[in-house]
Parts: sequence; structure tokens; C-alpha cells
Amino acid sequence: MFDRRLVQYFDWWLLGLTLLLGAAGIILIHSSVNAGQHNPMSGLYIKQMCWLALGLVLMVICFLFSYRRLDRWSPAIYAGGVLLLALVPFAGVTIGGATRWLDLGGFTLQPSEPVKLAVILFLARYYARHVKPGGLGLRELIPPLFIVGIPFGLIVSQPDLGTAGLIALVAATVTIFVKIERKTFISLLVLGVIIVPLGWFMLEDYQRMRIITLFFPETDPLGSGYHVLQSKIAVGSGMLYGKGYMEGTQNILSFLPEQHTDFIFSVLAEEFGFAGSICLLILFLLLISFGLNIAHTCRDAFGTILAVGISAMIFWQAVINIGMVLGIMPVVGMPLPLVSYGGSSLVTVLIAAGLLMNISMRRFVSS
Amino acid sequence: MDNRLLPKIDNEWFRKRLLVFMLLIVAVFAVMAGRLFYLQILMGNHYRELSVNNCLRKQRIEPLRGLIFDRTGRLLVDNRPSYDLRIIPNDVRNLDETAHQLSELINADPGEIKKNVENNRGAYGYSSILVKRDISRNLMAVLLSRSYELPGIIIATGSRRNYIYDSLASHLIGYLGEITQHELNKGKYPYKQGGDMVGRYGAEKAFESQLSGVPGAKIVQVNATGNVVDVIESQPAKPGHNLYLTIDFRLQKKAESLLSDKTGAIAAIDPENGDVLAMASSPGFSQNAFVDGLNDSSWNALINDPKRPLRNKVVQGEYPPASTYKIVTAMAALEEGAMDKATTVYCPGYFKFGNRVYRCWKEEGHGRMHIVEAISQSCDVFFYQAGKRLGVDRIAEYARGCGLGGKTGIALDHEAKGLVPTAQWKKKAFGIPWQPGENLSIAIGQGYNLTTPLQMAMLISAVANNGTLYKPNIMKSVRSVQGGIVEKSGSEEAAKLPADKESLEIIKKGLYDTVNNRRGTAYWYVRSKEIDICGKTGTAQVVGRKYEDEQGEVKKKYRPHAWFIGYAPAENPQIAVSVLIEHGGGGSSVAGPVAKEMMLSYLKPGADKDTSEPGN
Repeated sequence: MFDRRLVQYFDWWLLGLTLLLGAAGIILIHSSVNAGQHNPMSGLYIKQMCWLALGLVLMVICFLFSYRRLDRWSPAIYAGGVLLLALVPFAGVTIGGATRWLDLGGFTLQPSEPVKLAVILFLARYYARHVKPGGLGLRELIPPLFIVGIPFGLIVSQPDLGTAGLIALVAATVTIFVKIERKTFISLLVLGVIIVPLGWFMLEDYQRMRIITLFFPETDPLGSGYHVLQSKIAVGSGMLYGKGYMEGTQNILSFLPEQHTDFIFSVLAEEFGFAGSICLLILFLLLISFGLNIAHTCRDAFGTILAVGISAMIFWQAVINIGMVLGIMPVVGMPLPLVSYGGSSLVTVLIAAGLLMNISMRRFVSS
Repeated sequence: MDNRLLPKIDNEWFRKRLLVFMLLIVAVFAVMAGRLFYLQILMGNHYRELSVNNCLRKQRIEPLRGLIFDRTGRLLVDNRPSYDLRIIPNDVRNLDETAHQLSELINADPGEIKKNVENNRGAYGYSSILVKRDISRNLMAVLLSRSYELPGIIIATGSRRNYIYDSLASHLIGYLGEITQHELNKGKYPYKQGGDMVGRYGAEKAFESQLSGVPGAKIVQVNATGNVVDVIESQPAKPGHNLYLTIDFRLQKKAESLLSDKTGAIAAIDPENGDVLAMASSPGFSQNAFVDGLNDSSWNALINDPKRPLRNKVVQGEYPPASTYKIVTAMAALEEGAMDKATTVYCPGYFKFGNRVYRCWKEEGHGRMHIVEAISQSCDVFFYQAGKRLGVDRIAEYARGCGLGGKTGIALDHEAKGLVPTAQWKKKAFGIPWQPGENLSIAIGQGYNLTTPLQMAMLISAVANNGTLYKPNIMKSVRSVQGGIVEKSGSEEAAKLPADKESLEIIKKGLYDTVNNRRGTAYWYVRSKEIDICGKTGTAQVVGRKYEDEQGEVKKKYRPHAWFIGYAPAENPQIAVSVLIEHGGGGSSVAGPVAKEMMLSYLKPGADKDTSEPGN
């Protein structure tokens, strides 16, 4: 039986925000690959439209069934995601020294993107069963450690520290949200403060260099500093109203190699200025607050934790990406959700948005 | 649904936590908004100006190429400073005009200069492009004094490869050449740009990735005339690693002086591990000339020289092995049971086979021979008999087992494989079936067989070390500038010789007698009182023997190639040497003494008599 309340409670605002960000992405990608002289990638924005269409279809599918079923499905989804990740070293495509993609005939899938969601789902299932007002003890934190650790290790070895670090951050956020026992939290904190520097100093100089260049190829002397500077010039030179669409000189002269993916925000900031940038920040802030509001109105623990996890994922990605463009975060490969070019990332975030809508529309439905 | 699995939790509890999270998120967004305000509003004018003038330049810091040493740590190749004339395309006012003026100063075609700049300018346009490397101080003074008329011209200090002992081990060490547009497009050298030098030949090429280093970069601010006013950020270059070769400078020099008036090749190997102690190919060439850039006429002179100076004869030269091949035939005969230690053959000076007579090199004949004597006196008739019993294909099997007919795997380009003929090969190559008589010439190394001096050196060093066929090795170690070892050679075992200890002992006795028995072919020319040398001579006919008879006196180019392969000392050998002198004449009289000098020089460095000529 179709329940009228499903439509009544559908979160049209969330859908509108998602579409608005996706459209902004296409407009900016169009500028970044078509401004200035002819670019062999000029058709990328059309590809992004196709991904957006596909993502929207998947998003709709994701709110047709009740999210509560995902509680039961999450272990299988997680296992499938990890399996895909495990396939990457054997059947993966290597681009620029990193093996992150699976070739699916015609397009490549980056399994680490959907795996983010799989980890959030599995964690939500686990924490929904163990959450208690006093907080989680050390023993209860061991299973989540494995849930996060396995895909983390696989993604680190690709190597893709950006995505791996993001999964760790999101997991940590969700874990802190469901609360850790005070004494457990403090001892973990102390342990971390001791172990990380100790391990780092036990390494030889060249090993450290190797780790740094392995995980942050962008710190290459020819790359990082220069790119951050060029990115800051692009953003700063936008001033209040920007230089106008397709008029950004930094954009036209292609000072940034990844301006349609990781540095897309610099194109926005240069061409639409402070006004445009603040608008985008507000859109993201709204998107995240809507996500948390959905968590707020949800009446079961699984849905609440899932909504928090998805909001945390969007939050961290947006903050790290924009922070990198603004020169206040290290340069790591991290797409701006819904805006950066890239099919796997776009579709993943759209599915995540679909799940948020799912939770929202069933907040008063008990079946 | 499984709602009972989901514990009821007080929503208020979650809500409080959500509120805290929301506050944190708003705070983070406020920080980003603040940062945007700072960059776009407070600093907006500054950044707008930077973006309009584009006055930030990224400059490369060239890494120093690694040095090359010999095994004892003697410096063979270093870098010396050079002043390079470069152009920054976007700073040039009028490229035609500039190219024209420059062409007069540096004596080059203005069209070439223009083409070079246009090909290499890239999208950026502010990277300098090399116009002429290593300009003289005079030219530099002229250019600097005219820099006002020639905007965009800069003199950059660079470094130039310097071969300290120019032409020493030129084939082994190799040289550098400028990277081509094609290579740049292919992306084979990720850190290189137009005008950079890359290893083109020899070790310089084989160890390019270890030697070349990684460039650094600095971001500088320049004023309107292109002069640097501020260095904003700088990352030093990583120098290339230093390469320690296995060659011994002194022995290498000795080898080259021994070949100075000859065309030929010498390889000296450490039989214990396959290290190449010396590798000389004569004539050689000047490596510094390559770095300076050869003009067309000197290049043509090099490639049209009939003595082929650019060719590394040690690894690329293929010669009939002649009597040195008898080692392989003897091994096959002993191992296949076609002959043993006691088998004797009577040599009357010829061997009748079918309706043809095959002659021994000694017309009056050797008389009755067993295998040790046959090796030491290089009796052809004995080995005709062996060849007849074995057949070509069984000999070929052993030749391949000895590493012939295939690359040794040395880390140098263009290695030749040589040729080990089989009946099937001949059928395929010529369409003619194998003739039984050809088994005889194969057995004494005079048929279609071709070997390189390096293959023979590896073979004789395997005999010396009782059967281990190593892969020849030219790299002793690669060390970082700080001195730490980055890479170290392990002696790589390629294979075992297809011979047991007993057969090898018989062959080694033959090789010992060759030099130390009064009847041995090398007794008069190679025997040394100081060390026991073992070896085998070879005299490879270039044209038929009858040709020689008609001519009376033999012209140089019809003279046979002279071979000597050997090792010393007989007990516990320390060095194996392979010598090939093109059109040298007799193996024992021409190649033998060279090998002896090499061994003495290596084993008795004190007693080295540079000019001692063996009695002729």
C-alpha cells in the first residue's frame, strides 16, 4: 500500500539543494575546460551531465524502499564493496602511479567512493545496536576498528591517502557522535599522541621522504607550493564579484592542473568572486544542516546514525577540498561533493543524498 | 521489520549531541568564509595584480648528474660548470629580430633558433629554453653587454658532463645527448625538459634513472623586465646517485694502450663473480665531443670510418671463433662420450672426408694426439674427427650451454647474439641441407659460427671457475651523494657449463699446456715465468686459404682475425681475458701477448713492463 505521507514528508528542499549543487558543478566544469584556447577535454561537462542523470536515477531508487532494510543488507553491501576494493590491485587501471580504478568497459569505477557509503552503513548498523548513554567502551570499539581498518588498508595501498583518511575521519566523527566512554576516550587520545610521533621518528629520513612522496605526490617540489600559490591567486583575484563567467585568467591559462576536479572551487572563486563563493559555502552549509536535521527528526538509532555519517562525509569532503583551494589545508586528492568532475564521486554523493531523503520521508512511518 | 533489534534510545540524548555538532560545523564554515574574506576582499587587490601581471615564475633547479667512478673509487666522470644561453619566450619582444641577432653572435641558423623556441615554449611561455650550451666567456661578455637590445635572453649557469679521461672506456661509460622532442612527448623521462641531456650510450644510458637526479624548483617574483626581485619558495634539487663501475682504471688504461694501434676488443672478467674488470674496443671516440655536440662532418667521419669506432666490439662485434671454439667441441666430445681422455687420433696434416681433403694448420702433421695434446697444439685433424663423430646439432647444444648464440645479458645496448649454426638453421637460412663435411669446419670454429669477444670471455671465465657461467656485470654499486649504498651488484649466476668436473679438468690441462708446454701454440708468446697462464689461441680466416696463396703477400684486410682467450693464475684464477684483434694475423703471436700483458698488469702491478715486447 502506498502511503501518502511518504510524499507529504518528502524533503523537497534537500532535492533542490542537491540539484542546484550538481548544476553549479556542470557550469563550472564547462568553464574550466572550455575557457581560453581549445582543450581536448572540452566535452567533459557533457559526460558529467550523463553521470548526474545516472546518479539521479540511482538516487530515486534509493528512496523507493525503506532505509530500515539497509540495516539488514549492510553487511552484504560492505562485503561487496571490500571485494571490489580487493580486486583493484589485480584487475585495476593504473593512472599516474596509483591503481584506484576498475575498468568496466567504457568507463572506470573508483570502488573507494561507494565503499565510503558501505562503511557508513555498516557502522550505523553496529552502533545502532551498541549505543548507550554512558558511551562505548574499548572492547566495543574493536569491531568498528576492523570495519574501518580493512578498507582503509586497501585504499592506503592503492595509494590514495586522501580517500582513506576521509573514511577514517568520517568513522571517527560517527564514533564520537555515538559517544565513547570518557576514560576510554582520554586513553585513546594519549595513546595516539604518543604512538604517531614515535613511529615517525623511528623511521629513517629517506623512508619518511618516501612515505611523503608516496602518499602526497603533490608535495613534489615542482607541484605543491606553486599550485597552492596559483590557487590563492585565482581565489584572491576574484575579489568581490569575480571576473565573470569564462573570464578567469588563471582558469584560462590553466595554472592549475586539476581545475575541473580538485581545484574546481578556484574557478568559482575567480569567476564569481566572494559573492559566488559565499553562496556555494551557504549551499553546502544548508545541505549539511538538512542532513543533521534529518538525523534530528529520525526516531530510530540506525537512521539517525546513518544520517550523521552521510552528513559527516559531505562535510569533511567539502571542508578539506575548499580548505586546500584556500591554502589552509594540505593538498590531497579530494573532490568537492556534487561539484567536482568525476562519475564515481558524483554518483556516490547522489546515492547518499537519496538515502537522506529516504530517512526523511519515513520519519513518521513505522514500517 | 527488525525494529526490536534497534534499541530505543532517548531522542533528546541524540539531539543534544547533534546541536554540538551543528555549532562546530557552523564554526568551521565561518573560518572558511573568513579566509575567503581575507583572500578576496582584504588581499583581493594584491592577488588581482599578481594574476594580471603573471609575475610569478616557476624556475627549475637543475640536479647535478651523478659521478662515475671505477671499482677502486677513482673519479672517471664529473660535471663542470658551464654558461648556457637561454631564452624566455614570453619576454622576447620580437622573436624574428632576436633570432636574427643571436644567429650572428653564436653562428647558427636564425630559422633553427626560432623553430627551437617555438617548439619548446609550451603553454606557460615563461620557462627558459636552451639556445646554446656552454658558451665561451667572450661570447658571454658580448651577450651581457647587449642584453638591453635582446630582452628575454638570459645566461644561466648550468653544468656540463666532463669525461676526465676523455675516450677512456668510451664504449662502456658511454655519453650523453640532448633529449629529443619525441622522447619528451613519450614521457619516458618524467623530469626532463627540452634541451636536457640524457644518457645515450653505455653506462650513462643503462643507469640513467640512477644518475640523473630530480630537479628542484623555486617560485620567484620577477619585475617587468623579467629580473628576479624575490624568491617566494624554493625546493632544492636532488642530485643523482654516484655510479661505481666494476672496471679497474689501471687495467682499462692498459687494455686501451695495448690496442692503441690496433682494431679490436679486449674484455677482462673476474671469474669469481662475472665483474667486468676492463672492456676496451678500439678505436674509441671522444665522449666530450658528443656532449659538446658533434657537427655533421665529425659525425659523418665517425660513422663512415671503416674501423667502426662507435661500435663496442666487445659486445657488438661478431667474429668466427676459430680454434678457441675447440674448447666447446672438446667439451661436447668428452660429455657425449664420443671421445675420452685416452682416445687418440693420428694427424698426418690432413683429413680425408668424402672426396675432399681437410687440412690441418700444421702441414707436416702432429702425429698421434690425445685430447689434451690436441687442445694445446690446436690440432685440426683431431677435432675434425670429433666433429665427424658428434655432428653439428650436438655441438650446437653444447655451444648454447656455453652461452654462445645468445646474449650474455650485460647492461649495455645492442648486444649481439652471435650465431650457433644447426642443420635446421642452415635449411631455413639458405634452403640447402647441411653437408656432412661442414661438421668438420664447425668443429674447429671456422663454419658459420660467430661469437662476440664478451661471450668468449664469459666462457673462458666459466672454465676457469670450474663451470659457473655468470652474467657479466658492469655496476659495482650505486651510492647516494651522502655515501649510502642505494644499489649493489650481486653476482648473477646465469648457468652452469654443460660439463662435469672431470671433463673440465681435461680441458683445463689442455689450456695449461697450450701456454706452458713447449709444443703448445702459445708457449713462445704467452708463457710467463711469474704466473701460470692458461688459454687458447685462435686464428680466424677471413678469406679462403687459397686466396692467401695466390696473393703471395697477404694484404692487411685479408689477414685473419687473431683470438686469445685465457685466464691466470692456473690455480685459483683471478682474471679471465678475451682478446680479439681484427686482421691481426696469428692468434698466438698477436692476441696472445696482449692477453699476457693484461694478466700481468692485473696480477703483478709492480712488475708491469709497459714496453716489453715478446720475442718474435
